[in-house]
Amino acid sequence: MIPRLLNLSPKSGNSVPDHTPVTLLPASVDDTAALLRRGGYVPDRALSTSLYLALTLKRPLFLEGEAGVGKTEVAKVLASTLGRDLVRLQCYEGLDIATAVYEWNYPRQMMAIRLAEAAGRGHDGALGRDIYSAEYLIQRPLLAALQPHRNGAPVLLIDELDRTDEPFEAFLLEVLSDYQITIPEIGTMRAVEPPIVIVTSNRTREVHDALKRRCLYQWLDYPTAEREREILKARIPQAGDKLSAQVVAFVQMLRGLELFKPPGLAETLDWAQALMVLDASELDRATVEATLGVVLKYQDDISRVRGDITQRGVEQARKFAAQ
Amino acid sequence: MTALAANVMQFARILRRAGLAVGPGKVIAALEALQAINIADREVVFYALHAVLVERHAQSELFRLAFERFWRANSGAAQTLSLEDAAKPELKNPLAKPLIRRIDEAFALRRPKGESELPDEMPDTIASWSAAERLRTQDFESMSAGEMAEAKRLMATLHLPIPDVLTRRYRPSPLGRRVDARATLRAMVRVGGLIALQRKRRIVRHPPLVVLCDISGSMAAYARMLLHFLHAVTNDRDRVHVFLFGTRLTNVTREMAHRDPDEALARVTTSVKDWSGGTRIGQTLGEFNRLWSRRVLGQGALVLLISDGLDRDGGSGLAVEMQRLHRSCRRLIWLNPLLRYAAFEPKSAGIRAMLPHVDDFRPVHNLDSLAALIAALSTPPKAYTAAA
Repeated sequence: MIPRLLNLSPKSGNSVPDHTPVTLLPASVDDTAALLRRGGYVPDRALSTSLYLALTLKRPLFLEGEAGVGKTEVAKVLASTLGRDLVRLQCYEGLDIATAVYEWNYPRQMMAIRLAEAAGRGHDGALGRDIYSAEYLIQRPLLAALQPHRNGAPVLLIDELDRTDEPFEAFLLEVLSDYQITIPEIGTMRAVEPPIVIVTSNRTREVHDALKRRCLYQWLDYPTAEREREILKARIPQAGDKLSAQVVAFVQMLRGLELFKPPGLAETLDWAQALMVLDASELDRATVEATLGVVLKYQDDISRVRGDITQRGVEQARKFAAQ
Repeated sequence: MTALAANVMQFARILRRAGLAVGPGKVIAALEALQAINIADREVVFYALHAVLVERHAQSELFRLAFERFWRANSGAAQTLSLEDAAKPELKNPLAKPLIRRIDEAFALRRPKGESELPDEMPDTIASWSAAERLRTQDFESMSAGEMAEAKRLMATLHLPIPDVLTRRYRPSPLGRRVDARATLRAMVRVGGLIALQRKRRIVRHPPLVVLCDISGSMAAYARMLLHFLHAVTNDRDRVHVFLFGTRLTNVTREMAHRDPDEALARVTTSVKDWSGGTRIGQTLGEFNRLWSRRVLGQGALVLLISDGLDRDGGSGLAVEMQRLHRSCRRLIWLNPLLRYAAFEPKSAGIRAMLPHVDDFRPVHNLDSLAALIAALSTPPKAYTAAA
């Protein structure tokens, strides 16, 4: 079947207004880093490089890493700094074509058949073609992402892909390699302009190699202390240098402990925010113990850290921040 | 062909020999990537090639070593890539020494010979890890065609004591409860006129299976048979993960996935370093919990633990890790082949620590064949409680 360019019924009112400034794609690795920084995201060199390549080569970017290292945030920041729409597909087990790609509007199709009957037109080929036209198609995120958008191709975020099952992954292969979708009743539809695709995975299971092969792969690690301080400064500037340095030193200490779930970057930010709310200007043992639940999410981990480890961690963090 | 293209192809060949899946498509993508960046910046070249050629986090270190070696050696040909550091590539992880060997082999233009390639003496860092740990390799006699056929027949009778799970996917079925609107409409358009509603029902499938198998000295007698069982079960159903443990934990899922049992076992025996040594159940389960449980226990996995429960560490820390494991999976089945007497008394500290945390305990008195193993797993669970 010849792929056709996709232009379903023009949508009105659901895209961003005309005056949204559209930023051009970055022209170098450094440009990409600067772009993300403008959105409050502090990337390392590896991420800037792979993101720049993804944008330039028009390939999906596959981001893998522990929970809370800023995978989803890449897509959000990218969409806002480039002035593109963000189309998000949150994955879950059992996600199927009807919720992810498209669905036929059965009540309307039914109605059309009844109307045709009432008007005396019988069932012929024309009716079959009619009720399988774009008018009766409900678009879900993947199909919507292949549509022309007023301010350029959207950012398509396929979030936590590891939560779906293999059949859905297999379906994505067509979308990710050719930016096209095959609807049996209509044919193959290809995007005029391929969307910017970001796929994230928490690695709760291994995603199939066939899918990874179509993407650029990037592992996001916990940030270094230096980068984490920079991120904290960009995100929560009111926390101040002293508290930020202490928070980062303490969290970095926790990551070295072989906990069941080491805290991610998201937890660092939450914690700094929580400490701000409590008016803490620096760490002390009582405050840390009272707020450990913001950083650690397993009771085993919390009870292990509480007490001596907290005491030592606070002392170290203070000493470090004083330097 | 430019010098750069030739170099990239050569580099890809080396990576392929070192075990990365680098096909022609990847080579083309790598060249495209290099055209898009400034190749005078060595760091950017590294990350760019990394993004294109690496597919999983575990390959990163191997890639790094190969990259540093290759672009140093070939810096004459690719003049754009500078050679500032002529130092030997340093290992970030001292336990990754086997990687160096793989790289050496890949550069030496010869194929790795497979088993029997293991050096007799292991690096000091590993050998001195624990006095209780003995590193040895193991050879198993190969499987006869008759045995293979028998194994296949027996596997068909394996019926783990857990119901298949309902998925959230549907398939057409006249007996289904749900109406399949799409199929109904299509049928109506086809025949022209009202027809009976088409129906669909949920698909059921096996839950994922994770096997943790003890290969320490006390289990040595069963090792060959257990490995054959694990191979059969891996190839019989999808979503099976296999881990072997003695004093350390090894994920052998990839090795086991090889169709040929002898080939699979040969691969497993070379990748496992702690055959027939001591057991540190608590520590290895802890390692599993920390590094693997979130990766393989999703989607309602079933855990099959095969161990005699004899722990060199005297069961220290075992209860905590068993509890954690139990809470992370749908169901935990423990198969214990040690018990030779009908009157079983949990005496060892390890066994006492583990028993309260299993859903289903399968003591096997005489585990001498695959048939006995499969029978033990397939009988409906007795109402066994830890106190009994």
